[in-house]
Amino acid sequence: MTAKHSANSADQVVVTGIGATTPLGGTAPETWQGLLEGRNGVGSNDAPWVDTFDLPVRIKAGLKVEPTEVLSRVEARRLDRCQQVALVAAREAWADAGEPEVDPVRLGAVVGTGIGGAMTLLDQDDLLETQGLSKVAVLTIPMLMPNGPAAAVGLWAKARAGVHAPVSACASGAEALAWAWRMIRDGDMDIAIAGGAEACIAPITVAGFAQMRAMSTRNDDPATASRPFDLGRDGFILGEGAGTMILERRDHAEARGAKIYGVLAGAGMSNDAHHITAPEPEGEGTTRAIERALRSADLSPTDIGHVNAHATSTPVGDIAESNTVLRALGEHPVVTANKSMTGHLLGASGAVEGIATLLAVRDGIVPGTKNLNDLDPKVGVDVATTNREVSDLRAALNNSFGFGGHNVVLAFTKN
Amino acid sequence: MSDNTEILPGLAEIVEEVAGVPAADVTGDKSFTDDLDIDSLSMVEIAVQAEDKFGVKIPDDELANLKTVQDAVDYIQRNK
Repeated sequence: MTAKHSANSADQVVVTGIGATTPLGGTAPETWQGLLEGRNGVGSNDAPWVDTFDLPVRIKAGLKVEPTEVLSRVEARRLDRCQQVALVAAREAWADAGEPEVDPVRLGAVVGTGIGGAMTLLDQDDLLETQGLSKVAVLTIPMLMPNGPAAAVGLWAKARAGVHAPVSACASGAEALAWAWRMIRDGDMDIAIAGGAEACIAPITVAGFAQMRAMSTRNDDPATASRPFDLGRDGFILGEGAGTMILERRDHAEARGAKIYGVLAGAGMSNDAHHITAPEPEGEGTTRAIERALRSADLSPTDIGHVNAHATSTPVGDIAESNTVLRALGEHPVVTANKSMTGHLLGASGAVEGIATLLAVRDGIVPGTKNLNDLDPKVGVDVATTNREVSDLRAALNNSFGFGGHNVVLAFTKN
Repeated sequence: MSDNTEILPGLAEIVEEVAGVPAADVTGDKSFTDDLDIDSLSMVEIAVQAEDKFGVKIPDDELANLKTVQDAVDYIQRNK
């Protein structure tokens, strides 16, 4: 540990609060419990439009708890569903952190989304087309804009240091954590409410992903449809949710006696610049992101005991990721794929899985990967199929990759 | 469309829907901004819904003059 930011330096970024709403539960602890229990978050999509458009995909990973059960009616009507889940997770995390007293000009909010307010865009366009201008909601634009979730959280928290909304498809949530980490390290803010939000299970998104042949069509058995690294995998399951962390400079957190879950020790970002959706098969870009994350955290490959994989259950992506992890880290890390239970939360996935990675390091246990009955022989990494206790787990990585070639890797260490 | 006695309850219903203020609190003497804590965007939403409900037009420059609930009721009464 010779780098500028050594083990307990004051400007290290620690996690002092967590919040989530996912297909496994309405809070972060319930989601974590769900992962440890191997709970299934995937079910059939009973919306009438599935039949209307005869969609080939009839399954989804919907929220366990509706955000409208948590928010007031007036709050809910002013927010797109993706903003609603962002606010739900942010409030949980803020309360969990003890509602820290902070000068608003030292508080930031960084919340990413992959799709943003698509539901509002579609609904309001329908109203315009069928009923005319007078029926279009006054709040249409603030509800559909991609910085909407970040803005809703920032406004609620009075975050005046800055409100930012990284957009990098399925890496957005992780990228938000990476930017918040960087801005705290740069001295721009003392605390950041950071994470990702997504809620776009709609006819056009399902149709669009289905037309790409990116989604599982295991409609007759939703519970086993998401099967990362398994030979029988046939695509991802569209999910919805949000994850939030309260990131805080260590000296700030310690001065107020905050509970510390662990350390966001580093972040690495890169781009493949190879194909708009396909991963670069050699894994050069993803390897660079891992190397950057390690370097920024002052860690070496042998320090990493666990990797929370992006692993969406697509035929190509899972293999590319396995190859990357092998090349960059070796065979020793215990790998898991939370999406086997949560489905793919797109822009929220990096944040929710970041929380799982953080808690895995805190507790020394890696949740198993469900539905992995028949390991693809091309997968060379050690994938946990049941919960695995990892003795002396000090550091772990969380991978997130997004359409557009975005690669984001977060490094968490034990406090 | 509606007579005078129906305007206040109808408007109060819209204010409750948009801003969450209980309809019973929406009385003629209340200021939208100072008493009912309604922001400018919510005021536009209320105007849009009132236009629809009472069949009136509330142009932006008129909207700015509707300070109290009674101002709005009177405007709707005059213009519907």
